[in-house]
Amino acid sequence: MFAEFLQYVFSGVTIGSTYALVGLGFAIIYNASHVINFAQGEFVMIGSMAAVFLSAAGIPMPLAILCAVALTILVGLALEKFAVEPAKNAEVVTIIIITIGASIFLRGLAQVIWDKEFHALPPFSGEAPFIIAGATILPQSLWVLGVTLVIVVALGWFFNRTLMGKAILATACNADAARMMGINTRFILLIAFGLSAMLGAIAGIIIAPITTTSYDVGVMLGLKGFVAAVLGGLGSAVGAIVGGLILGIAEAMAAGYISSNYKDAVPFVIILLILFFLPSGLFGARGTERV
Amino acid sequence: MSLLRVESLSKSFGGVHAIEELSFEIKPGTIHSVIGPNGAGKTTLFNLITALYKPTTGKIFLADQDINGKKPYQLARLGMSRTFQNLQICMNMTAVENVMVGRHLHLNSNFLCAMFRLPQVVNGDRACREKAAGLMEFVGTGKYVHADANAMPYGALKRLEIARALAAEPKILLLDEPAAGLNASETGEIDQLIQKIAETGVTVVLVEHDMKLVMHISDYLLVLNFGKKLAEGTPDEIRANPEVIAAYLGTS
Amino acid sequence: MVAKLANSRYGGMAVLVLVITLLPLLLPNPYYYDVVIHIGISAIVVVGLNLLVGYAGQISLGHGGFFGLGAYTTGILTAHYGWPSLLALLAGVLLVGSLAFLTARPILRLSGHYLAMATLGLGIIISIVISTEDWITGGPDGMSVPPFQLFGWQVYGEKIWYWIIGGLLLLSIWLALNIIDSPAGRALRAVHGSEIAAQVVGVDTVHYKVLLFVVSAVFASIMGSLNAHYAGFITPNQAGFFHSIELVTMVVLGGMASTFGAVIGAAILTLLPQLLSGFEDWEMVIFGLILMLTLIFMPKGLVPTITAMLKGNAK
Repeated sequence: MFAEFLQYVFSGVTIGSTYALVGLGFAIIYNASHVINFAQGEFVMIGSMAAVFLSAAGIPMPLAILCAVALTILVGLALEKFAVEPAKNAEVVTIIIITIGASIFLRGLAQVIWDKEFHALPPFSGEAPFIIAGATILPQSLWVLGVTLVIVVALGWFFNRTLMGKAILATACNADAARMMGINTRFILLIAFGLSAMLGAIAGIIIAPITTTSYDVGVMLGLKGFVAAVLGGLGSAVGAIVGGLILGIAEAMAAGYISSNYKDAVPFVIILLILFFLPSGLFGARGTERV
Repeated sequence: MSLLRVESLSKSFGGVHAIEELSFEIKPGTIHSVIGPNGAGKTTLFNLITALYKPTTGKIFLADQDINGKKPYQLARLGMSRTFQNLQICMNMTAVENVMVGRHLHLNSNFLCAMFRLPQVVNGDRACREKAAGLMEFVGTGKYVHADANAMPYGALKRLEIARALAAEPKILLLDEPAAGLNASETGEIDQLIQKIAETGVTVVLVEHDMKLVMHISDYLLVLNFGKKLAEGTPDEIRANPEVIAAYLGTS
Repeated sequence: MVAKLANSRYGGMAVLVLVITLLPLLLPNPYYYDVVIHIGISAIVVVGLNLLVGYAGQISLGHGGFFGLGAYTTGILTAHYGWPSLLALLAGVLLVGSLAFLTARPILRLSGHYLAMATLGLGIIISIVISTEDWITGGPDGMSVPPFQLFGWQVYGEKIWYWIIGGLLLLSIWLALNIIDSPAGRALRAVHGSEIAAQVVGVDTVHYKVLLFVVSAVFASIMGSLNAHYAGFITPNQAGFFHSIELVTMVVLGGMASTFGAVIGAAILTLLPQLLSGFEDWEMVIFGLILMLTLIFMPKGLVPTITAMLKGNAK
């Protein structure tokens, strides 16, 4: 009974960490520009697929991972420079469609350059699961949790202690004021995209040994990461993380106790509930519009 | 009989007391100005009166009706109209359409009637367009009648907004810094326009920084400082009030 | 002269009437009719969606869900329960309309792009439910739908549907143009331009946004139902996220706040995959690229940009 419950918590937190990292990526970009980047999920896909194919080409795994992350960051930067920046004065809907176009483009490229099959990365440290209080947890899950924790702490330090990080936060609060203070807001947005791409890539790589990856894995992951960000309060980094974990656990619980058919519907039911009852999310700012 | 009456009005944003225990009355047919240093709460007051903010405590009466709980669009029906400090013009529409929107409550705005292009809607629109063009002439933007809103200069847009506010045929018109960003001759034109408006019987309440304009045009002044009423009276009385002088100019 | 034609409401309608009447002369076989009918069906949905997205500035990422719900309500009621087609269509309208109203009313009170998120959620939930409840919907493999029946007369075949859809397209464009050029239409555009300004002149902006959302959802539902009868077969994809995105893309590509742009957008996005199918694997790449480049260089969409260019040249 309890073992079953714990099992769901473990798997929920594991996948939830992925949602958290993707959601964090959404939050960072939204903070810097109010753009909802629908290509976020593709960063996850590119990171994991690149790692798979680089290591299959003979490159040792740690190096393959590094290169895959670097590649994804480049893609993220290119996306900002060539697709988002030229359109910065357009309506929000237009920019959303541009990022959707980008995600289709990237998925198409992945399909052509790589393939349409499912691929798995080997687990980082073995496959033998641990048993804790009757529930099994894969060593890879511990990697997922551990890496996520490290990233969260590192980002916390970055945003609160470094000049660059604080500049990003300042731009998020008030882009005009930041610009007048000498902060290059276009550069900030570039950094934001690069950072989000990195987060997405890492999320994809650490989860790939458990869930496998393919050219279109980014779509659902992107959408669910978006839900995590909204749940947490679009614009709150802490919120995205908490939102992702809650989402993962809720999904696992629903799949286990209610119906595994409706597992994928859980995030979207949650987003509707949030919008009806707590639109600014768990940690979102409740502001008044100044006239 | 007062057209607008404010009783013990207070508004706080967290720890900031934007308006504190403010009470005043505005009689119909007058030009009333609200002045005060930056941050005194003038625009907050306007937003409270037009129901864009909810008071923390206190009451606001429009033509002796308590407007508590009313939404902004309901106040238009009661005869209130306003312009905005930071221009709220619909740049996605033409100039004359902006003014036509002002007449919304006087037209048949039913969706189904519009869908099927009933003669009543078509004729109403034709009359509305003429009226809107007339109003644009009245406020001095006649030459932009065929222009898009996003092609008009700043000064003309400020007057376009006034035309839109007038299109509703209000009893009371609130102007939030109508002369902001205008040069001396443009301000003179606004001065004349406000007087023209008042002559048609509309009660005008304005928030303004331009002292020359305010002193010249107002029947009464309300001076705010730190969200509280500092003084109230005719321009001459206010000009001579030592507290006002101290608050505005500092003790020199 | 061309610009003037593009600007006046009757000019555009006249061109469309001409195109619709003369096109059959160019269509060599039923396959081409089928493509054109699909363009027409999408175009009608997009004309309605454009009112919401282009004119009133709201974002819906779930209109595929409404389309699919209309399709499946019609499909289930006519195929499994023998309901008359028109009644089943109306049932779909009622269901979709109510759902749209119940969702929109609380959401549209908030300022910001919450409608986008809510419609995203709603659309995906609808498509998952349709896919999962296979005992009545046939699941991911889809289900058959009998032809449209009107007073015992069966509507069947591309030629008849061509004229039906053509007529409905003209009707819906007429209705949309009427709304835009009316007090209600100006109120809607004002909501997009400055919601606060609209409120202070007396527009109940929430009421209008909700009304428009419901109307556009109903457009989608009706076309979903008709498409179900025409195609004779429906799948859960019609309610899916990709279809929703496709519809919004048609609006944005053709030109927001341009009713005729909606038709152009529908045409392009229906034809493009057909044209690109020769490229096989590269289809997605090229499609995504075209999408990005068009919107980066013509952010207002095709028809408004081209109209502006023509106006500029005429000066």
